[in-house]
Amino acid sequence: MSIPSAFDYTRAASVDEALRILAADDGAKVLAGGQSILPLMKLRLARPGRLVDIGRLVELRGISKLDDGRLSVGALTTYAELLDSPAVHYGVLRDALPTIGDVQVRNRGTVGGSIAHADPSSDLPAALLALDAELVLQSARGTRNVPADGFFAGPFATGIAHDELLMAVILPAPRDDAGSAYVSLEQPASGYAMVGVAAVVVRGAGGLIERAGVGITGVSDHPYRASEVEAALSGTDGSAEVLAAAAALAVSGRAVNSDMHAGSEYRAAMATVYTRRALEAALARAG
Amino acid sequence: MSTDVLGKPIKRTEDPRFITGKGRYLDDIKLPGMVHLAILRSPYAHANIRSIDTSAAKAAPGVLAVIVGADIPWNPLPMAWPAGGASGIRNNTNMPRILATDSVKWTGEGVAAVVAQTPEQAQDALELIGVDWEPLPAVVDAEKATQPGAPQLHENAPNNVVFEWNVGDKAGTDAAFLDPEVVVRQRLVNNRLIPNPMEVRGDIGWYNSGTDEYTIWMSSQTPHIQRLLLAAFVTGIPEHKIRCISPDVGGAFGSKIFCYADMALVMWASKLIGGLPVKWVEGRRESFGSTIHGRDHITYVEVAATRQGEVKGLRVKTLANLGGRLSTIGPGIPTTLYGRILSGPYKIPNVYCEVTGVYTNTTFVDAYRGAGRPEATYVVERAMDLVADELGIDPVEIRRRNFLPPDSFPYDNPSGLLTAVNGSKLYIDSGNYEPALDKALAMAGYADNAAKKAEARTRGKLLGVGLSTYIEVCGVAPSKWIGAVGEGWGAAMWESSNIRVHLTGKTVVTMGTQPQGQGHETTYAQIISHELGIPMEDIVIQHSDTQGTPFGYGSYGSRTSNVGTGAAIKAAAKIREKARRYAAHMLEAAVDDIEVEGPNYRVKGSPDKVKTIQEIAFALDLAFDTPEGMEPYLDETAYHDTPNCTFPFGTHIAIVEVDEETGHVDLVRYVAVDDVGKKINPMIVDGQLHGGIAQGVGQALWEGAVYSDDGQLLSGSLLDYALPRASWLPAFELDETVTPSPVNPLGVKGVGEAGCIASTAAVANAVIDALSPLGIRHLDMPFTAQKVWGAIEGAKGGRA
Repeated sequence: MSIPSAFDYTRAASVDEALRILAADDGAKVLAGGQSILPLMKLRLARPGRLVDIGRLVELRGISKLDDGRLSVGALTTYAELLDSPAVHYGVLRDALPTIGDVQVRNRGTVGGSIAHADPSSDLPAALLALDAELVLQSARGTRNVPADGFFAGPFATGIAHDELLMAVILPAPRDDAGSAYVSLEQPASGYAMVGVAAVVVRGAGGLIERAGVGITGVSDHPYRASEVEAALSGTDGSAEVLAAAAALAVSGRAVNSDMHAGSEYRAAMATVYTRRALEAALARAG
Repeated sequence: MSTDVLGKPIKRTEDPRFITGKGRYLDDIKLPGMVHLAILRSPYAHANIRSIDTSAAKAAPGVLAVIVGADIPWNPLPMAWPAGGASGIRNNTNMPRILATDSVKWTGEGVAAVVAQTPEQAQDALELIGVDWEPLPAVVDAEKATQPGAPQLHENAPNNVVFEWNVGDKAGTDAAFLDPEVVVRQRLVNNRLIPNPMEVRGDIGWYNSGTDEYTIWMSSQTPHIQRLLLAAFVTGIPEHKIRCISPDVGGAFGSKIFCYADMALVMWASKLIGGLPVKWVEGRRESFGSTIHGRDHITYVEVAATRQGEVKGLRVKTLANLGGRLSTIGPGIPTTLYGRILSGPYKIPNVYCEVTGVYTNTTFVDAYRGAGRPEATYVVERAMDLVADELGIDPVEIRRRNFLPPDSFPYDNPSGLLTAVNGSKLYIDSGNYEPALDKALAMAGYADNAAKKAEARTRGKLLGVGLSTYIEVCGVAPSKWIGAVGEGWGAAMWESSNIRVHLTGKTVVTMGTQPQGQGHETTYAQIISHELGIPMEDIVIQHSDTQGTPFGYGSYGSRTSNVGTGAAIKAAAKIREKARRYAAHMLEAAVDDIEVEGPNYRVKGSPDKVKTIQEIAFALDLAFDTPEGMEPYLDETAYHDTPNCTFPFGTHIAIVEVDEETGHVDLVRYVAVDDVGKKINPMIVDGQLHGGIAQGVGQALWEGAVYSDDGQLLSGSLLDYALPRASWLPAFELDETVTPSPVNPLGVKGVGEAGCIASTAAVANAVIDALSPLGIRHLDMPFTAQKVWGAIEGAKGGRA
């Protein structure tokens, strides 16, 4: 049977209470939608001493437009809610969200939970990297905003301090001259990306690529921004030759994962193929 | 008169309870005082057990007992079907014990058990059991296991060989290879599969100290067989002191046919703790090591043919991986159910097959949907395509040139269906293969293949079309064949049915077969309604409890619709005959003058002189006026032993597209024309075909157990073992031909496995066809994107 080992459970009545418990209890883990931590606990691969359930903190739920036009996505916003929000202006989210888990997972799983869990193969981090999103972290010590780029530090490791709670994800203001897309090669059993590539491109004056953002997941020990690919695209016309040459840099300087589903040689080759395909799709949407 | 429901697409009467969560599966059963058992499973694929320390576990909260193998004096599990039956062929048998005592042979073998008040306490206490292990070298591959120097699993099985079995005409087949015009040879791997029914297995054991009786609830396809095996072979407890009950069973695919150690363990545990009911339910991950696996063959196939594509000889050598110890009928699957039908629907004059059963440090292997027949179909259907490829003849044409013509039947095939030593003959009862092939070709637009391939190329896709012109063997019957010395499991394979038409006309039918989701409660009711003219809604079908149903061998091998329906029809005929005799009495007519039409028993020539079966049942139950010598009540039991297996056939065509850049295979169309004879319920037939096709496609494209060299199951959960998903499959395009089986009273054949038997080979042939422009002649399943990409890159010489 799949039964977790014993643990303590606290349902936080406020953000402050959650932060207090996190600060006081080194063994505490945050429970949001429960789509990552609970399966691990049932397999006894994770044995937290305490779960702090933030699931009922309504202030962490929902999407709002900031004064500067950016979108603030509360950490407890589910995938399904995000898919049914103005955030789907971004093709990259329209593509990525429906590929995550199944209907139940998308109804229960949260944006914040996915980002904080930081599975090296999960889809959403790639999109946030490509979009140049920001993350809002809060603790009793204060609040800080950090860029998604650099936030993912390793497998299941992020820049969140133990006493911090991920409060929201801030997405850039939607713009009409941008196109974005997400394509992935899924591991057929788990549905996680063996290779997932999110691309955002902005066409500038004369149709040249003004900015490109490329986030890659599943390929290395954490999702990363493929800055060499981005640099190779900037200021170009995005021709087939340019895309091919840029995509060839997808794993440049990265240690590529290897497992029974995709060895490193295959993964690296697919990172290039999927990077090119993501860019093609994003450019097509950029008009 | 009631409407005849036979052959109609009646919605399944069991579905409202299943789809509204009101089914009663094993884990839904909660008995007063029930406690819980958990099993400690070996983390090693091969190790000796030096000692087991249970003291800490015994002291843990809620723990009632900790059990190790040495505590239980019962026998190991029985071997019910050695290769060659009782012919004297040497089978180096090693069966699992209730819990391992001295050593373990695979990761997941049970070593100790905890009984506790709650499942949580049982699970926690398991972690406190200390086993002193002596790890040993392991081997997981059947070919490596038989080679010199391989780790040895069992003292009585040198080179890890379980048996060496053969069938067919060796001399004749060798002669066909002496000077053939064309020979093709290929090594084929039939990948190991993990059944994964939606409901995992489980048992509840309850020892009643008041009556000294045991009741075992089990998620099983075969409660009657389990009672027999547990009584006569494992525990020594008399059969009449054991009752086995299968509640609703949520799928099985063969994996719930067998006698498992946990069934005896919950019996032992319940008695040990004084008679509280003890429940064990396997976890999904646990199931990967505690329930059987399927397939896992390595086969060397050779085909001798003429330049015109006429196959003259088929020579096959197969290594069948049977796991660390044997499951109940493990050796029977790759022998009788495989070697004897290797020639499929083809007229191949010389066939010879050798099979070596092999022990490896893997989970035991037994029957999985199709059981031997998918493996055989894969061999012969790949062989046909290899011959076609070699000769440059279209795969369709090769098949036409080798099909048994329709006037061949009954046909004694040369791979030995007929060779039971008591003289009983098993023959392919019927067939007419080309009409199904032609229909499928038309549906698939086969003539336009070249244009479709060219169009796909413009999209970066390699399109492939694959055929499987399969036959299936339904029934695993008759008893005189499957029970014969030298063939089967030394047991009978008949079926049973009891029908009671009660005073009110409502009718209770009890069957010896055991559904696992097939819709028996609907299909049997359709048959009884057809036979007796009683409305379907007045008929209930009961099953699954050794107390209250006649003995039956259960449901597997697509036998229910052949053998089980035979019993039901026979019992109905007995009811009809008695009702007719009583109607004659009521109507003061001669029995011979009573004609029966639906529910009405009427005097010939006097249409107003009529009694309905309900009126007859009423009067015969009250029995105020019963003729001399006639017993009261309409209550009849029948046992049916079918004269032969039935042989469905058909043509399946898969169309795939391979992404040349990524190796990803997409099944874009699937056409199937099946001939399963007459249909009891065409909607259920379609459902069986859909599920079977999906399962067979799963083997070809996604499924496959992967072990590390030291015997860890890397594909040990649904996170790493990919089952087919609906969204990956196209809408199946189904059609039929109807060639009634002469051996079943309704002309039905069976359909539980046909889809699965056919589809794997069709998809494999399609993928190879797609890759053939690159010069790729064969690739082993599953065709994962990585594997296909590697083959493409290799063929292009693009890899370092």
